[in-house]
Amino acid sequence: MVALTPISRKPVGFYVPTVAAAGAFLGLFVGTSQGSGILGILVGAIVAGALAFVLTQIVKNETVARWATILAFAVIGLLLGGIPALVLGAIFGWFFAWFSFWLYEGRYRAKIAPYLTPGQVLWHFTFRVICGAILVFLITPILVVIPLSFNAENFFTFTPKMLSFDPEGYSLKHYRDFFTSSAWQGAVWNSIKIAPAATLLSVSFGTLAAIGLSQQHVPFRRAIMAILISPMIVPLIISAAGMYFFYSRVGLQGTYLGVVLAHAALGIPFVIITVTATLVGFDRSLTRAAANMGANPVTTFFRVQMPLILPGVISGGLFAFITSFDEVVVVLFVGSAGQKTLPWQMFTGLREQISPTILAVATILVVISICLLTVVELLRRRSERLRGMSPG
Amino acid sequence: MSDTVDATNIPGEKSGPMLAADGTPLKRSLRRALRRQKMSALLLIAPLLIFILITFIAPIADMLFRSVENEIVQDTLPRTTAILETWDSESGNVPDTPVFKALYQDIFIAQERKLHTRLGSRLNYELTGASSLFRKSGRGVGDIGEVYQDQFEDMNAFWKKGENWNDILGSDAWLAEIKSWKKASGQAQPPFEIRAQIAEILPQTAAFYQIFADFTQNEKNSNLYKKDPWELIYSAFYDDLTGANAARIDTYTGPGAAELSEAKAAAANFETVDYKAAFGDIDKDWLKMPIWDTIRAYSPRFTNGYFLNAVDMQKSENGPELRPENQRIYATLFLRTLFMSTVITLSCILLGYPVGWILANLPARTANLLMILVLLPFWTSLLVRTSAWKVMLQQQGVVNDTLVWLGIVADDSRLALINNQTGTIIAMTHILLPFMILPLYSVMQTIPPSYLRAAKSLGATNWTAFWRVYFPQSVPGIGAGSILVFILSIGYYITPEIVGGTTGTFISNRIAYHISSSLNWGLAAALGAILLAVVLGLYYAYDKIVGIDNVKLGG
Repeated sequence: MVALTPISRKPVGFYVPTVAAAGAFLGLFVGTSQGSGILGILVGAIVAGALAFVLTQIVKNETVARWATILAFAVIGLLLGGIPALVLGAIFGWFFAWFSFWLYEGRYRAKIAPYLTPGQVLWHFTFRVICGAILVFLITPILVVIPLSFNAENFFTFTPKMLSFDPEGYSLKHYRDFFTSSAWQGAVWNSIKIAPAATLLSVSFGTLAAIGLSQQHVPFRRAIMAILISPMIVPLIISAAGMYFFYSRVGLQGTYLGVVLAHAALGIPFVIITVTATLVGFDRSLTRAAANMGANPVTTFFRVQMPLILPGVISGGLFAFITSFDEVVVVLFVGSAGQKTLPWQMFTGLREQISPTILAVATILVVISICLLTVVELLRRRSERLRGMSPG
Repeated sequence: MSDTVDATNIPGEKSGPMLAADGTPLKRSLRRALRRQKMSALLLIAPLLIFILITFIAPIADMLFRSVENEIVQDTLPRTTAILETWDSESGNVPDTPVFKALYQDIFIAQERKLHTRLGSRLNYELTGASSLFRKSGRGVGDIGEVYQDQFEDMNAFWKKGENWNDILGSDAWLAEIKSWKKASGQAQPPFEIRAQIAEILPQTAAFYQIFADFTQNEKNSNLYKKDPWELIYSAFYDDLTGANAARIDTYTGPGAAELSEAKAAAANFETVDYKAAFGDIDKDWLKMPIWDTIRAYSPRFTNGYFLNAVDMQKSENGPELRPENQRIYATLFLRTLFMSTVITLSCILLGYPVGWILANLPARTANLLMILVLLPFWTSLLVRTSAWKVMLQQQGVVNDTLVWLGIVADDSRLALINNQTGTIIAMTHILLPFMILPLYSVMQTIPPSYLRAAKSLGATNWTAFWRVYFPQSVPGIGAGSILVFILSIGYYITPEIVGGTTGTFISNRIAYHISSSLNWGLAAALGAILLAVVLGLYYAYDKIVGIDNVKLGG
């Protein structure tokens, strides 16, 4: 974004106390962890305030100032608390150097409207910090699980060795457990057998129905749509209970087919939603043009319509796949020990004896989800470009 | 469309109906085309609709049926329930001997089929102690029957042997077949046929023997001819010998006629059984009202009992009434589920609103980048996120460790963040947050930022501008997100089960418990039906407000 407001250097009376306040805030935490909160606040405020003054008024060169601060803080950290404190010190150093110049040069005003009052500017940044905190909250669990899965001990927290980046604190033993345990491998194979079959069913039925639903005249469209979407809305425990009762009556309970059918039903709403969304932008005159040139409906479907809606179909399929791959409640009731899937195994592990192997599995699953997310995002963009909805 | 066609067809115009190219009236031709379009659309939808109806809707319907179905009492105690209909429960008196006799017959058959314990556990849901009562009675009915069995057998050893009974009761044709039948042959056992004359003069014996024969031949798969009859047959035999048809016994001329006459003569002087007293000896509870009230209340094929149970009520003489305070658990559980879902929804609004705002107001490139942070948890396996929270919130977990290190909490007073409501709320807020952010974002994207600036330039303060101009426009997003989050959270099972402990569980956990542990499927179905009704109500609201077509997945 271009600069909205011309910027100018700020007076010492503004930025030194602000940086000192930030220093006091961090000092509070460091202080309490070392024993005295008040001392921490005082030391933090004085050090940060002095630093801001020295950097801006005496050193003046920003690059030199930044590297000097980082180095100084890192060395102090190393002397005080070893490797973890070194990293922490370097981060603090970078922050204070950046923060001092950011305020001193008035750079913080550059990208916001010139007419804002100081209070509004403060709120603007406070708000961003809050949003940042929420976004961190959103991904913390994932960020915590990944390093913990390399823990050399059977603990669920960071050991001192891990924090000091000692290679001995890390190991792949939980991954080894996962790849050598027959229970986990059996579960992986069951998941791999069930999810694609369920996906295939929901995608083939779902795409056909989505094409039907997006025709101009569909009697009872609303009611049909409500029924088709219902597996997503009805609480899983109710679907699971109903399927358990009904499938035991007809002899499908505890069979591979039963689980596949159940998962296919659960995946269908996702296929319907994504494919109908793709079809909204579909130009009907294309099929008419194809028919005009002598193509029969089947050729039209495969040669004209299908390539255009393919991205939607594939992302619907990925949704259906992940639904089945992640699903645990229904398989818990409809399946038997022979259909124990990966989530089921994880669920048992979490409920009974929680072992760190679960963290290794979780990390692998996170990596898979990142891949799937990337594919879906790419497909969505491609689909929008194909239909001319966005420049790409 | 038909209006415009009609307009060309005004009476009095000479041109007549407008024609399509093939000469048919345009109106009909258009209608036919429309019908064809509808049909083709329906044909495309049909396979999926049938698939969903069979694999999903039928199971739900089956579950709803189970919540009112109650055939077990009538199926297991058919005679008792039939006679009990004439019993005046208002009188406060325990039913008379005929009911006890019917009960003896029913329980005898049930315990042979091993069904009495199932009935016992069914009635135990309504009346504590019924299970052990039926188990005890199942063991005791044999003794009641032995009274007559012993007397007949002491009088003449002839009555001991199954072959003799079959010779009398079986038809000649059947006897010929069964005698030549060998089990080892692998052929099906010839089904028992009653001797016509016997069926007339010993109706009760014949009826019960038929049941005995069916059971022996079809369920036990043993050779009926060699099988000694149940004690129950002797009781029925005694009843026939001393009953209304007794006089006709002398007209009988088939096999065993002499023994039959002898038995008839002797039976008159037999020691009799007082069924009521006999059941009283088995367990005094049979001589008290509660069990009879319960059996009577649950005799009909359909019951609202499970639903009453699910809302902490029970049947009584004066219609449904609330259970005693200490037995009410479901109302608390439903309220807790609603309360916690509300808290989760509110915290999602609180956390989701700022994020939705910032995503909608940042330049597209940055917004897309931040969007990944929202979508990544959305795409991550539910169990991964739940296990992450389980690991992080433990007493020795990352969150507590960090708080202790920062000195916010003391090492000996670590926070209990898991296995309680806090754990469930934190974990579920995190899990459902993307479902709030995505609809909020898509609504906020459509609000022009210039409105807010216009409001401010007209003199509104920041707060007024936000509250009076921006917020009302974002309400649809809040509505859509809230209903979605609320619907999803109210039926959550996995996360509360893992991080909820005992105080942080939802109604779903109770349903799962009744299906897999207590095996009270009717109650599970009733609880499920109530939950389903709530969810469908919300679903309907969602459809009205947002439109089910507008559900978006990941942008």
